[in-house]
Amino acid sequence: MSLFLVVALPFLGALLPGLMNSAGRQACAGVTFTVSLAAFIGLLTNLPAVLAGELVTARIDWIPSLGLNLTLMLDGLGFFFALLILGIGLLIITYARFYLARDDHMGEFFTYLLLFQGAMVGIVLSDNILLLLVFWELTSLSSFLLIGYWKHLPEGRQGARMALAVTGMGGLAMIGGMLLLGQIAGSYDLSVILQNRDLIQESPLYVPALLLILLGCFTKSAQFPFHFWLPHAMAAPTPVSAYLHSATMVKAGIFLMARMWPVLSGTPEWFVIVTSAGLITMVLGAMIALFKHDLKALLAFSTVSHLGLITMLLGTGTAFGAMAAIFHILNHATFKAALFMSAGIIDHETHTRDIRRLGGLRHLMPITFGIATLAALSMAGIPLLNGFLSKEMMLEEATHTVLFNSPWLVPALATFGSLFSAAYCFRLIGHVFLGPVRDDYPAKPHDPGSGLWLPPALLVVLVVVIGVAPFLAEPFVKLVTASVLGEAAEVPKAYFKIWHGLVPALFMSVAAVVGGLLLMMVYNPALRLWDGTPRPEAKTIFDAIIAVAVRSARKVIHALHDGAFSRYGAIMAVTVIGAGYYAWVTGSVGEATREMQTATPIQMAGWLMLVGATGGLVFLHRDRLLSLILIGIVGLMVSIGFVLFSAPDLAMTQFTVEVVTIILLLLALNFLPNATPVESSVLRRTRDSVIAIAGGLATMALSYHYLLRDAVTSPISEFHLANSYKGGGGTNVVNVILVDFRGFDTYGEIIVLGIAALLIYALTETLLNGPVRARLLNRKPDQPRAGDMHPTMMVVLTRVIMPVVLMVGFYIFLRGHNEPGGGFIAGLVVSIAVVMQYMASGFAWASARQRYPYHGIIGCGVLIAGLTGIGSWFFSKPFLTSDFTYVRIPPFEKFELATAALFDVGVFLAVVGAVMLSLESFSRLARRAHVTDSEHPMDIDPSRENLVEAQKLAQEGQ
Amino acid sequence: MELLVASAIGILTAAGLYLVMRLRTFPVILGVSLLTYAVNVFLFASGRLVVGAPPILRDGVSTYTDPLPQALVLTAIVISFGMTAVVVMIALGAYLGSNDDRIDDPVPMDEVIPEDPS
Repeated sequence: MSLFLVVALPFLGALLPGLMNSAGRQACAGVTFTVSLAAFIGLLTNLPAVLAGELVTARIDWIPSLGLNLTLMLDGLGFFFALLILGIGLLIITYARFYLARDDHMGEFFTYLLLFQGAMVGIVLSDNILLLLVFWELTSLSSFLLIGYWKHLPEGRQGARMALAVTGMGGLAMIGGMLLLGQIAGSYDLSVILQNRDLIQESPLYVPALLLILLGCFTKSAQFPFHFWLPHAMAAPTPVSAYLHSATMVKAGIFLMARMWPVLSGTPEWFVIVTSAGLITMVLGAMIALFKHDLKALLAFSTVSHLGLITMLLGTGTAFGAMAAIFHILNHATFKAALFMSAGIIDHETHTRDIRRLGGLRHLMPITFGIATLAALSMAGIPLLNGFLSKEMMLEEATHTVLFNSPWLVPALATFGSLFSAAYCFRLIGHVFLGPVRDDYPAKPHDPGSGLWLPPALLVVLVVVIGVAPFLAEPFVKLVTASVLGEAAEVPKAYFKIWHGLVPALFMSVAAVVGGLLLMMVYNPALRLWDGTPRPEAKTIFDAIIAVAVRSARKVIHALHDGAFSRYGAIMAVTVIGAGYYAWVTGSVGEATREMQTATPIQMAGWLMLVGATGGLVFLHRDRLLSLILIGIVGLMVSIGFVLFSAPDLAMTQFTVEVVTIILLLLALNFLPNATPVESSVLRRTRDSVIAIAGGLATMALSYHYLLRDAVTSPISEFHLANSYKGGGGTNVVNVILVDFRGFDTYGEIIVLGIAALLIYALTETLLNGPVRARLLNRKPDQPRAGDMHPTMMVVLTRVIMPVVLMVGFYIFLRGHNEPGGGFIAGLVVSIAVVMQYMASGFAWASARQRYPYHGIIGCGVLIAGLTGIGSWFFSKPFLTSDFTYVRIPPFEKFELATAALFDVGVFLAVVGAVMLSLESFSRLARRAHVTDSEHPMDIDPSRENLVEAQKLAQEGQ
Repeated sequence: MELLVASAIGILTAAGLYLVMRLRTFPVILGVSLLTYAVNVFLFASGRLVVGAPPILRDGVSTYTDPLPQALVLTAIVISFGMTAVVVMIALGAYLGSNDDRIDDPVPMDEVIPEDPS
């Protein structure tokens, strides 16, 4: 099966459990299991190739220019991890089916689980490190959802957040590290990077890249000093803990260290950092684990400890160390998943995980006892179980490792750690299962159904089989080791045996086990000593750091972001002016190349009107109605300016937009106060004036300078001018640019316009359905209303004008391709014609005569424009390629038909719909406020009066 | 003439900036409109000022003004209408909701209760 399918199956399948939730728990778990099984079988179909030593790859170019491609590869290491992820995943799914309570939303759980599974498989099969980062982040996110699955528990939420904060931070560091690595190697493909060991290790960027990548690995794999999140993640349901902390999430960091081993390891930096971090984690985790009373916390810290052990083995940088690490990953996954599941069973059946309240369970839960004891003894390193084998290899490796010039340091600490490790394993067996049966369990313990104990039992079978017959696992482990080592080292010759003779590792092992037993004998005094020793609590420190971060962030944000919009405006203006000034004084300005054109008196007069209206606006802006008139003058002058400077299209657009904008502001002013009070101090106004004048001078200087200089290079519009008629079939170059050359931009713009209109509509709806509704209903107009709101003259005039305006709009639309005009302007003109009807006869009358909703018109426009674009696909052309032809239908003259015109229809409709929907929304508010809205086209109609009189007379007559 | 256009852009910007820094929504909307004019004219002027040469192809005419800034500004004008309408709606909603058209947040943020750490 294609690797893509193996990775994609869990993601695609993640949709199913959520959908199947109502079909029942069995169906929900069943479908999840099937999806996982399909991916598992898909993986196994690649087994022969992997065994043959081939590299299975799959590749799709995604963003090749960034070096980001969907490349997957499957070698021994990837296969090994994928096998663990999917194989243990299947067991976990079965287990979770029986573990989750009736109240738990099973579909949600399995959806998260499959998302997580897909992300994990993605990590281990990625060949591209950028792709790997994507999956890496996905595991952080999906594990956040899993850990916080029990949203009602504060511990769950806190644990999930802590895990996300720590692993997410590591992920960020990792992105930096991976980018550096890609820079050094010149490629983001792992297969290339792995070939460039010397290049990477000699690079000056090696140390920063190493540190950043290790930060990512250490946070993910809970290495000291980032080990603290893992125990808090235990608030998750036990299947999650078993999955995340035995075979998957925390192994991701280990996987990456193994993956990068050929290029990153072997340097003193790698050795010191990785080995010592691993060693500290191993010892610290084992010590804390011994004194934890929560069964899952004990297992959590033991996981931390074992992860430290694996990290240390990878850190030594020898081939034997790597092999031992791989072997221990396998063994740890088996016994730890079994132990977590057993802990879950105990919790499930006795309703407590507190070791102090347990004991004597061996008679009550014999099956669980068997499973947990075998797994725990394997973890303790007892012969004939798999944990013993890899632990021996670890101790063997430790005796050859010299850290900080001391040949004793590593072996001594390794033995010390193993001693505690053995002790907590014995404690787990002794304090939970052995001892007398108690009569105060929170619930009556008994063995669960086979659904809960079968998955861990299967794992324990593996534990025993590998432990008794290590030669069965040897070829596979060596195959994986070979793919870890790559070309950097040879696979060690050492055989996997139970008995190696009287080597130092054996004595260390014996010392650890015996020491562990002895420690258990003095457990109570040791516990008192431990409890009496002051030590830092990681969660307190973490919370304190978060609190400090929040406080300082709040300080910075509140200083800048205090809710005063006018202040932001000032800050932004000053910043922009400052940046512009800096650019101005550091850059250079060329000589003026254009002659200044002389201005005629008429042009001066236009300028004076513009300046006068603008100045008036500033000084008279408190009178809001007057300021609307003034801004109208400004808009008019700008339109006339466009006419003067050869931009007829712009002039028409500006002019029509001006009309609708003023109508819009008038509608708004209907509700807003009519005057702006004087509130700001003189000082404040002076400050604002200074900023404003500085900004004005800056823009003036800038525009003056470039108006007198030609463009540095020839503008691209030369192409547009040359090809407008030949390629676009139109002589109005502006319109051809809009509907053809830059058609995609225009398409985006009409969509934005449509969204804006829909937003206005939605806001109106919200307002009308909220508390504002009552306020509007009770609102009294602050000024007397006109007695004749819909004057006869205006009504008649708008009715007469309507067809004329529509025809003008149609004409402007049609000629747009060759003369000034086009969809935008036609749309605005037609909107004005319709708005006039609203204004003349009121909202009720007009909307009663409106057949199509404006939303539909917007949608239609966008759809037509889009379909026109898609149409070119059928001719194997890119989106929005236009075409045109000339046809002749007698008796008309020959005329042009262009697909661009169809696109322009879309633009037209979108503009009409958007403008009308916005204005209509405003008037809906108005309608709510003045309920008396006549259904008649005008207020005073002599014939209507007569009719009423006649009716009255008729009634009186009766 | 270049000086006239440049000064017009400058004056529109200055007036727009001043009004944007006012304390009520309506002058701010007017200020944003003025800034829109200023920006549109500024963009348009990047095609330089040419009188009597509209970019409508004609036989025998060889000088045309730059059509590209015009096309850009045309859509900018229409979009700015849409944006103005949205802002006006927001201002209206805020006013109707709180009977107050002040633009600055009256409550200092420090008084907002920090999120519950759990």
